[in-house]
Amino acid sequence: MDLMTKLMPAGAEIFLLIMACVILIADLLIKQHSRMVTFLLVQLTLLGCSLITVGTHINGVTYAFGNMFVDDLMSDVLKLLTYLSVAMMLVYSRQYLTVRGLFSGEFMVLALFAMLGMMVMISANHFLTLYLGLELLSLSLYAMVALQRDSAIATEAAMKYFILGALASGLLLYGMSMLYGATGSLELSAVSSAILSGEANQTLVVFGLAFVVSGLAFKLGVVPFHMWVPDVYQGAPTAMTMLIGSAPKLAAFAFASRILVEGLQPLVQHWSGMLAILAIASMAIGNITAIAQTNLKRMLAYSTIAHMGFMLLGLLSGGIEGYGSAMFYAVIYVLMSLGAFGMIMLLSREGFEADTLSDFKGLAQRSPWLAFLMLLLMFSMAGVPPTVGFYAKFSVLNSVVQAGHIWLAIIAVLFSLIGAFYYLRIVKLMYFDVPESHTPIVFGQDTVLLISVNGLGVLLLGLLPGSLMSVCAVSVQQSLLLH
Amino acid sequence: MIFGLPAISIAIWLPIIFGILVLATGDDRNAGLARVLAMVGSLLGFLVTIPLYTGFVRDTSEMQFVELHDWITRFNIHYNLGVDGISVLFILLTAFFTPIVVLAGWKVIEKRVAQYMASFLIMSGIMIGVFASLDAVLFYVFWEAMLIPMFLIIGVWGGHNRVYAAVKFFLYTLLGSLLMLVALIYLYNQSGGSFAILEFHRVALPMTAQILIFVAFFFAFAVKVPMFPVHTWLPDAHVEAPTGGSVILAAIMLKVGAYGFIRFSMPIVPDASHKLAGVMIALSLIAVVYIGLVALTQTDMKKLVAYSSISHMGFVTLGLFIFNAYGIEGGLLQMISHGFVSGALFLCIGVLYDRMHSRNIADYGGVVNSMPVFAAFFMLFAMANSGLPGTSGFVGEFMVILGAVKANFWYAFAAASTLIFGAAYTLWMYKRVIFGAVANAHVGKLTDLTLRETVIFTILAVTVLGMGLYPLPFSEIMHVSVNDLLVHVARSKLP
Repeated sequence: MDLMTKLMPAGAEIFLLIMACVILIADLLIKQHSRMVTFLLVQLTLLGCSLITVGTHINGVTYAFGNMFVDDLMSDVLKLLTYLSVAMMLVYSRQYLTVRGLFSGEFMVLALFAMLGMMVMISANHFLTLYLGLELLSLSLYAMVALQRDSAIATEAAMKYFILGALASGLLLYGMSMLYGATGSLELSAVSSAILSGEANQTLVVFGLAFVVSGLAFKLGVVPFHMWVPDVYQGAPTAMTMLIGSAPKLAAFAFASRILVEGLQPLVQHWSGMLAILAIASMAIGNITAIAQTNLKRMLAYSTIAHMGFMLLGLLSGGIEGYGSAMFYAVIYVLMSLGAFGMIMLLSREGFEADTLSDFKGLAQRSPWLAFLMLLLMFSMAGVPPTVGFYAKFSVLNSVVQAGHIWLAIIAVLFSLIGAFYYLRIVKLMYFDVPESHTPIVFGQDTVLLISVNGLGVLLLGLLPGSLMSVCAVSVQQSLLLH
Repeated sequence: MIFGLPAISIAIWLPIIFGILVLATGDDRNAGLARVLAMVGSLLGFLVTIPLYTGFVRDTSEMQFVELHDWITRFNIHYNLGVDGISVLFILLTAFFTPIVVLAGWKVIEKRVAQYMASFLIMSGIMIGVFASLDAVLFYVFWEAMLIPMFLIIGVWGGHNRVYAAVKFFLYTLLGSLLMLVALIYLYNQSGGSFAILEFHRVALPMTAQILIFVAFFFAFAVKVPMFPVHTWLPDAHVEAPTGGSVILAAIMLKVGAYGFIRFSMPIVPDASHKLAGVMIALSLIAVVYIGLVALTQTDMKKLVAYSSISHMGFVTLGLFIFNAYGIEGGLLQMISHGFVSGALFLCIGVLYDRMHSRNIADYGGVVNSMPVFAAFFMLFAMANSGLPGTSGFVGEFMVILGAVKANFWYAFAAASTLIFGAAYTLWMYKRVIFGAVANAHVGKLTDLTLRETVIFTILAVTVLGMGLYPLPFSEIMHVSVNDLLVHVARSKLP
């Protein structure tokens, strides 16, 4: 009984690990034509995880495994959203993968392991736990990108992802080891208090910080550590791109905020400057380069870079406003990116990837409803009200202005304006141009339902964004700022 | 509240709901149903705004019909609506023009009818929202949301170069809006956490901050007005937009910019407004004189009216920034009158374009021979555009000039030149298009106005004449609010 209560905070992770192993074995016994069974098992597992996460939620912060693991409101909220986005990813990609012969047990089990990695990252309270979660996530993703073995471009993407990812992990680990050397601890709060007490060697700590931030920037994909993002987004099968571009951003937010806010808060004046440079460079390069793209997946990759830059603005502003807005931004970004990649998969069919811009020409004539949903998603990404993307930008800008960086806010809005151009171009292609192909769009009922909910969700959350904003603010307040 | 019903909310959401219903009629097989539904929706939309006028209490500057609900509690943002004597007129103007554009597009629009009609209905609701918002974020949401339907209207149903015009229109206006957003957020932080516009009116601000805020607002509002030198999007957008789009752009959307100056710039940063009034007046006079001359040289009728709009709006901003009652009331009346007149002129050009598929002045001549009724209506609106006494165009211009004389004789002198230029470019165009020998066989075969067109033009003609002969119903309602605005603007807000 005592052991059970001790393991309680990590209940969902343990359940997921067991289920992932069970599904891995059970899948061996399932024939290809009844792969739906595996799919449903995975969805049930996600449902089970959510029930456990909700059921084991207690107010306040609980630690497990000798303070290496933390369960707080922020981690619960982020985990629930992670389950949701993985579940959505699976529904979106089922048909897409089936026609490409990739709808296999490996794919789903790898997705579960990737999700386990994210959950560990979200709940980590220790440099090693963070690293463990990150590596579990990354290794699963490398394998998933390479799953389409006969595609040269996917294999190339996987190699690039792996090599650069390994480099980033190295940088991160190097930074962590320096912080360990300076502070004598790997636990976030202990590191924080060691730096605060002034006993740690300041030079060494800042040096370590620089490496940690670089590693972090690599994983977030912000400039100048963004080189892998476009190639991987474009090269990977769209289902994998969707996984890479969605839920891991939530984990990355948790990762960044745990390290920087909980662990390295005393060095805030050092890292906020670094983040400012990363953010401006990302918004600039991301938005400007996206204009030149002809491949939608590549364009969305650059747009991710810009969005992550914008999210960093929230982090560097600090306080409930700042961290809360960054979390809100990450959540909203995930919602929009799921929809956008979902649309690409919906329009794809056997032997055809709807991933170039011209594939969207005249969509309004081929399917007015899908075009309307995509319009909502694009305006949301551009940050135009009444879609929710506006409130994401609004709350980040508010925190930036409140922190007194008005010039940063002005730079951010100017780059958003540049960004609006390429989102607008998609709308232009869909509504103003004539279709290049008149092949009927075939889609399953479930995907259409999901994308409708997804697209309209962007609008409805835009009309009533208050509660989600409050959830983000409260969870940040109860989790990050307790220390 | 009227009969316990939220009157303004109904005025905003009724057209939007009808817009969604129209969208739901689907593709062009149900075009007839879409048209009827749009007509019903727009007429109802106009009817529900009438109580706002009749029930308006004239002797107070307080906001009326106020609705206040929590919206985003996290940032203290409210769903806060209300009207004063200034905004109520624009709400009516907006609702008035929606049935007219629906009717104007009745036959002409043949592809994607439901989407066309729905765009106008939804935009009508959004624009009423802009005029009625008392919360800065709510205002901003409506303000930006306005861009989406207009972008589609220009881009889908526009002319040859529509895509360029649509994108230019969108990005130009978005640039201004985003800077305004930063200013609004700054004000939120200065006012101790409130987004209420009336709260912003009370916040004390140092001069530097005031000037920066003024500049940010200037970008947002001047682009919409549009003022020289950020006016270049307007001729493109007008020329490429379908007739209905041009009408809404000219009649309503340009007014949103000037309304922004009245609701935001002047009362929130009065000291900066006074300090920079010289610049504003100079830009306004450049618009009046220089753009008036530019209009003279146009060969495209729509472009000519577009430039004439910029020139007339220069009059409005001039009236606002001379800070006296004549100027501001004149500016407001000019805005309303220009709404009717420019809307009517674009409809006239639309009538010609539907028949000839050309906007070139040179392709016409002697139209009076084949379209005498049309020529008569066109004459009236052309006269109103040149500010002939007895038409609505005269009232506003006269009051602004009167106000300008009070401020500085030379302002008035330069402004009055518009009476000459305005008459010159409008009437010269009229002469070349309507009079003279029949230019070609196509003109000879033109058919005169249909019943539908006659109805539209009769309504507009009555309004233009009515406002010119008896402007009191328009001016009395704004009187108290304008005086209150002047009091606000005269009070320094320096800490």
